[in-house]
Amino acid sequence: MLDIRDLSVSFTSYSFGLKRMEVCVVRGLDLSIAPGQIMAVIGQSGAGKSLLAHALLGILPRNARVEGQMSFKGKPLTPYRLSALRGREIALIPQSVTALNPLLRVGGQVTRAALLSGISKKEAPATVRQAFVRYLLPKGVAAWFPRQLSGGMARRVLTATATVGMADLIIADEPTNGLDPITARESLGHLRELADTGKAVLLITHDIEAALQVADMVTVFHAGATVEVARAEDFKEPGNLRHPYTKALWNALPANNFVGTMKPIARASNADGCPLQFCCNDQDSVCGQSVPMLKRSGAGWVRCHHA
Amino acid sequence: MTCSRLFDRRTRTLLVIIGCLLFFFVVFLGAWLYGRQGEVTNLTLRKISPGWGQPFGTDWLGRDMFARTLQGLRLSLGIGLLAATCSAIIALILGLAAATLGKTVDVVITWLADAGMATPHLVLLILISFACGGGAKGIIIAVAASHWPALTRVIRAEVMQLRTSDYVRLSRRLGKKPVWIARHHLLPHVVPQFLVGLLLLFPHAILHAAGLTFLGFGMSPHIPEIGTLLSESMRYLSSGMWWLAVAPGLTLVVSVMAFDLLGNNVRALLDPKTMRE
Amino acid sequence: MLEASSLAYRYGKQHPWLFNELDLRITPGEIVGVSGPSGRGKSTLAKVLAGYLPPGKGSVMIDGRPLPASGHCPVQLLFQHPELAVNPRWKISKILREAEEPTPVILQTLGIESAWLDRYPHELSGGELQRVCLARALGSSTRYLLCDEITSMLDALTQVHIWRVVLNLARSRRLGVLVISHDKTLIARLCSRNITCLEGAAALS
Repeated sequence: MLDIRDLSVSFTSYSFGLKRMEVCVVRGLDLSIAPGQIMAVIGQSGAGKSLLAHALLGILPRNARVEGQMSFKGKPLTPYRLSALRGREIALIPQSVTALNPLLRVGGQVTRAALLSGISKKEAPATVRQAFVRYLLPKGVAAWFPRQLSGGMARRVLTATATVGMADLIIADEPTNGLDPITARESLGHLRELADTGKAVLLITHDIEAALQVADMVTVFHAGATVEVARAEDFKEPGNLRHPYTKALWNALPANNFVGTMKPIARASNADGCPLQFCCNDQDSVCGQSVPMLKRSGAGWVRCHHA
Repeated sequence: MTCSRLFDRRTRTLLVIIGCLLFFFVVFLGAWLYGRQGEVTNLTLRKISPGWGQPFGTDWLGRDMFARTLQGLRLSLGIGLLAATCSAIIALILGLAAATLGKTVDVVITWLADAGMATPHLVLLILISFACGGGAKGIIIAVAASHWPALTRVIRAEVMQLRTSDYVRLSRRLGKKPVWIARHHLLPHVVPQFLVGLLLLFPHAILHAAGLTFLGFGMSPHIPEIGTLLSESMRYLSSGMWWLAVAPGLTLVVSVMAFDLLGNNVRALLDPKTMRE
Repeated sequence: MLEASSLAYRYGKQHPWLFNELDLRITPGEIVGVSGPSGRGKSTLAKVLAGYLPPGKGSVMIDGRPLPASGHCPVQLLFQHPELAVNPRWKISKILREAEEPTPVILQTLGIESAWLDRYPHELSGGELQRVCLARALGSSTRYLLCDEITSMLDALTQVHIWRVVLNLARSRRLGVLVISHDKTLIARLCSRNITCLEGAAALS
C-alpha cells in the first residue's frame, strides 16, 4: 500500500546573521505497509517518527527538505498527488480533541470530513450515522461540542472522523497518549478492527507495550533511521530481535529487565558511518566507515553491520 | 517561488527590513533637501503631467508635486510615528495593569478596550480630533486615543498566559522574587510583542492621520500633508489632472505596505520558533 | 520528613473533593509510588505537596514546619511535559542556571551535553529536555522530588535512564521521591528497590 525508501529530511537553519547550516534530522527511513496490516512505528521523541507523519501529510515546516522515494498503491507519491489523496485515501487520527474545532458540533465535523473525503451530499448523513453506530456513540453526541466529550468518547469521535470516508491508509498519531489503560486498549482495538476490514494502519507511538498489543509488524526508528523491522511476536523472545537498539529497548521495559544497556541518544550524528556509533556498545571500526544498509534478516529487516 | 530560490529566507527578511528602512530614510532626506520648494509657485510651469523634470508633475499653481509629496509624506510619517508610539505605550501600560492589578481593574480595562473596538474608528477619530481643536495635536491625540485596544488585548492575554504558565509558577518555587520573574520571564515575551505591535500600528496611524486631514478634521489646508494633497486633487480630477491624486496616493500606499512588511518580518526574526528557519 | 496530614483539595466550593482525609509520609531516601486512573487528583496532589496550590483542608509539613512561602522550596515538582516547564525564549544554559549553577557531577550523570547549552528548548527532544528540568530541580537545598508522570511521554530506554539517575540520587543524597504514574509495572519496579511502596490509589479514592 505505502512504500517509503530511504527518506531523508533536512532543515536549513540560521545561527547568527546569515550563517546557514543544513542539519540532517532523518536519513534512511524505510517503511512499507500492506493492506490489512497494522504497522507500528516506535521510536523516541526526536527519532523522526513525527517527521514521517508530517512528511506524509505534507505539513513539514518551510525550511525542511525531503528526499527519497515514497509510493502509494504502486505509484510515486508526489507532493501534488499527496495533496489530492490527503483526507480521501490517506487519513489521520490526531492525538487529541484539540484537533477538532471547539466551536462546532461534533456531528457537523464528522459530516464535513465525510464530504471532504468524496462522499456525496445525499449519502453523507447515512454514512455518518453508520460511523456513529460503529463506534458506539449515542445519537445525541452528534449535537455535542468537543469539550463535552470524555477521553474515551473523544478517541472514538476522532477515529470516526478519520474513517468515515474511504481512506485506505489510516495514520494514528500516538493514539494512547494520556489515556487510562482501559480507554487506551479500546482505542487500539478500533485500529485492529480497521485493519481487519482491509485497511492499512500506521500506528505511530513511543509506547512499545501499547503497540505490541495490536500490531502485526513493528518498525523501529532510531537516530533518524529505520534500524529494524520485526514481527510483533519477535518481541516475546529477546533472542529473536536483531538490532542492538531494539534489544536495549526490550531490556529497558519495566516488565522485562528495566535496565539501560545503551545511552539514550536520539539525534543522528552528522559524522560518517552508522548513526548509532556513539551510543552503541557493539561499536567497532567498521561502524565509523559506512552507513549500514537495511538488509533482510529472517521475517524482518535490520540495519547494522554486526547483525 | 522563483524569488525564494534567488535568496535564502534570512537574506530576504533582512533585505526587506533594510529596504523599508532605506525607503523611510530617503523620504526624510528628500523632504529635507527639497525644503520649502513645494510651496514655491511657478505659473509658467502649470499643470504639467509627470515627466523627467517633474517626476510627479505640477499642480494648477505650478508647484512641484514631487517636492510636495515628499514633504507631505514626511509630515504624515512623523505624525503617524508619534501617534502610534503614544498609542502603543498606552496599550503597554493598560495591558500590564489589566493582567496584574486584579479583577476589577481587568474588568474596567477590558470593557474600555471592547468599547473602543466596537466604536467605528473614524467616528471616534473625528470627534476627538475636533474636540482637541484639530491640527497636528488633534490628530496625534485622536489616533493615540483610539488605536490602543487591539495591542492592549494582545499584551494582556500574553501576560495572563505567562503568569499561569508552569515555568513561571515553577520559578516562584525555585525561590525567585516577582520582580526577577517579571524581568526575566515576562519581559522577553512582552518586548517583542510590543515592538511588533508598535510597527504594525504605524500603517494604521499613518492612514488615519492622512484620512482625518483628507476629511478636513486634521491639519490646516495650508500645510502640504498627504491628506491635504489628496483632498485638493479631488477638484482637479475632472479636468484630467490624474497625477495630483495618483502620485501622492500611491506613495502613501507604498509606505503603509512597507511598514506592514517591516512589522511582519521583524516578528519572524524575533520569534525563537521561526528565527532559525 | 515530608508529611501530609488529613489533606483535602477541591477546585471550588461547588466541586466535589478530589481527595479528602489523605495522609502521606515520605522519609528522606524513600521512594513512594502513587498510581491510579487519570482524573483522580494525582497531579493535584503533587501540586499541593509542592506548594503550587494551597490545601483545602489539612497541612503539608517538612520536619514539623510548614512549607516555606518564598525562597527555594525543598520540595520540587517535575512535570509530565517538560516543554511547558521551560521558558521557550530562554537558552538551555539559562534554564539550567535558574535556581543555581548545576554541579558538573549532576550534568554528567544526567548526560547533559555542552552542545545543548546554546540551544533553545524546542531544539531538544522531550527526553533531553526532561533531563534539563531534572538538573534544574536538583538544587543543593532540594530534598524531595515529586515526579508527575515524568517519563510517560518518553520511550523505554530514556525512561530507564532517567529513573536510574533519580534512584541513584535518592540513595546518595537521601532524597525523598514521589513517583506518580499510571504504569503499575513501573511503580512496582521503582518502589520494590526501596523501603515502602504506598499504593496511592486506595488512599485517594
